[in-house]
Amino acid sequence: MTETQRSGGIEVESLVREFKNGPRAVDGIDLEVAQGEIYGFLGPNGAGKSTTVLMLTTLLPPTAGTARVGGFDVVSEGPQVRATIGAALQEAALDPLLTGREHMRLQTAMHGLGKAERAERGGELLERVGLSDAADRKVGGYSGGMKRRLDLALALAHRPRILFLDEPTTGLDIQSRTALWEEVSRLAAEDGVTVFLTTQYLEEADALANRVGIIDHGHLVAEGTPAELKAEIGRPTVEAIPREEGDRERMAAVLGRFGEQAGGSPRAVAVRLEGGESQLAEVVRALDSEGIAIEHLQLHAPSLDDVFLAKTGRSLEGADEEEPEGAEAEAGAPA
Amino acid sequence: MSTSLRTQVGQLAHRSVLRTARQPAQIVPAIVFPLFLLAVNSGGLKDATNLPGFPTDSYLTFILAVPFIQGALFSVMNSGTDLARDIETGFLNRLALTPLRGMALLSGLLAGAFVLGVVQAVVYLAVGLIAGAELVTGPAGGLVLIVLSVSITVAFGTIGLFAALRFGSGEAVQGLFPVFFVFLFLSAMALPLDLLTTDWFHTIASVNPVTYLLEAIRSLLFEGWDLGDLALGFGIAAAIGAIGMLAASAALKTRLVRT
Repeated sequence: MTETQRSGGIEVESLVREFKNGPRAVDGIDLEVAQGEIYGFLGPNGAGKSTTVLMLTTLLPPTAGTARVGGFDVVSEGPQVRATIGAALQEAALDPLLTGREHMRLQTAMHGLGKAERAERGGELLERVGLSDAADRKVGGYSGGMKRRLDLALALAHRPRILFLDEPTTGLDIQSRTALWEEVSRLAAEDGVTVFLTTQYLEEADALANRVGIIDHGHLVAEGTPAELKAEIGRPTVEAIPREEGDRERMAAVLGRFGEQAGGSPRAVAVRLEGGESQLAEVVRALDSEGIAIEHLQLHAPSLDDVFLAKTGRSLEGADEEEPEGAEAEAGAPA
Repeated sequence: MSTSLRTQVGQLAHRSVLRTARQPAQIVPAIVFPLFLLAVNSGGLKDATNLPGFPTDSYLTFILAVPFIQGALFSVMNSGTDLARDIETGFLNRLALTPLRGMALLSGLLAGAFVLGVVQAVVYLAVGLIAGAELVTGPAGGLVLIVLSVSITVAFGTIGLFAALRFGSGEAVQGLFPVFFVFLFLSAMALPLDLLTTDWFHTIASVNPVTYLLEAIRSLLFEGWDLGDLALGFGIAAAIGAIGMLAASAALKTRLVRT
């Protein structure tokens, strides 16, 4: 047993999930997450993120490969894995007819907490996620952010060592998103909880994750700290919009002298600067000497989207795939 | 029953009762619709008591057995759609991530059907008696009638659970409702079995378990204590419940594919 396994991390080897009449939603991924680490699992819709989470949380059996969560095998030691983990899956699965406090009472009781501890733990978690005032209101009246925070509190009911969060901030406003990020960071930093976080938001992975794995078409195409991944790409991108629409082709020709084309908005021309940021002044001079007026010019530092683009040939935005044949549905569908 | 199983059943039962109580749209039709049909049938078919061999001179008393069965049919829908919603919203997955035991889930979910069944039975009996129906077995018979009615409601509820677990959709569960209503109409609902003279109808009604559930209820209302009828009624309810529970347990195992 490795140190990662003993200490409450995650270790995955050649994990595969194949759906009936469908593609391999997860196609042989390997990864390791250490205790207390926040691991960002980044990819477009349909890339295989949720299917991976369902397998790691024991809700979907893998077709092949092995995974150990908290030192326990997800196939042969499912109950031990479930006792070790907390999970907030893609949709906040809440009962609109119950109050927040009733949810907490049910969750803590189902995890076997004693009667006195249930109320105390429930109150403590509701307080922590800022829902004390709304605790006795039915969840049907909660906002999206409140539901997500309750979902997080429920996942923490039994003090799990490992937390799975499947796109926890999708659909949330910036304020709710930031509040959730702060809580997740605190959990990892202060409580030593390992967090496996899937997201399709670059800034979320960038802001939260110690390490990021990029998944595309079921394959892990890159892995490392956000800084390492960006450094791999290395070059910044300059994006320019001509004042006259008719100058776009000429602008593309000029910018093409400085590097390969990169994705940008439809009106803009973008290139990855081979010579780095210092070339910006040359770019401006070249455009000026060709008499091309500039409406907008922007220099982008390398982002995780650039990493995704470099690894897959596509930009993360708009790279969504069709969902694989019912990963969620098959986590519990009759054969 | 171990402490943890008792806790799980208790908590899930509490949730099921709360859900039922907080959905007037489930409770009101389940009580009002059978009473509405009771009023229509008892008024429109009262001359049936003139048929030779009709067992009572009060058609209201005769037809009062029907709301108890119709009410039980609503429990198929209510328990089934509640569980189907849990599947559709992922709430079942949330429960699956706890040390949930299948039996606790199914038993807990039936608690809502139980409570609704008690309310329905008390209301139907009270309305029937106020409207002038007989109850020859007296208060003790009324109590047994309520117990029998609740047993039928819970038994039918297991079929709703099975349908929800097998198909995973509220629409599929609701699709069962007309099927069950056909069962009711193909029974000795409007006339005693002996007076059903059409051969095919008599044959179907005589093998339809609903007929014997109705007869057990009717025995308490206007025949007196008939242990044979009661045993058959309770036995059929128990058999439906047992078969429904076994089918639901099997479907739950398939539905919860957690490792």
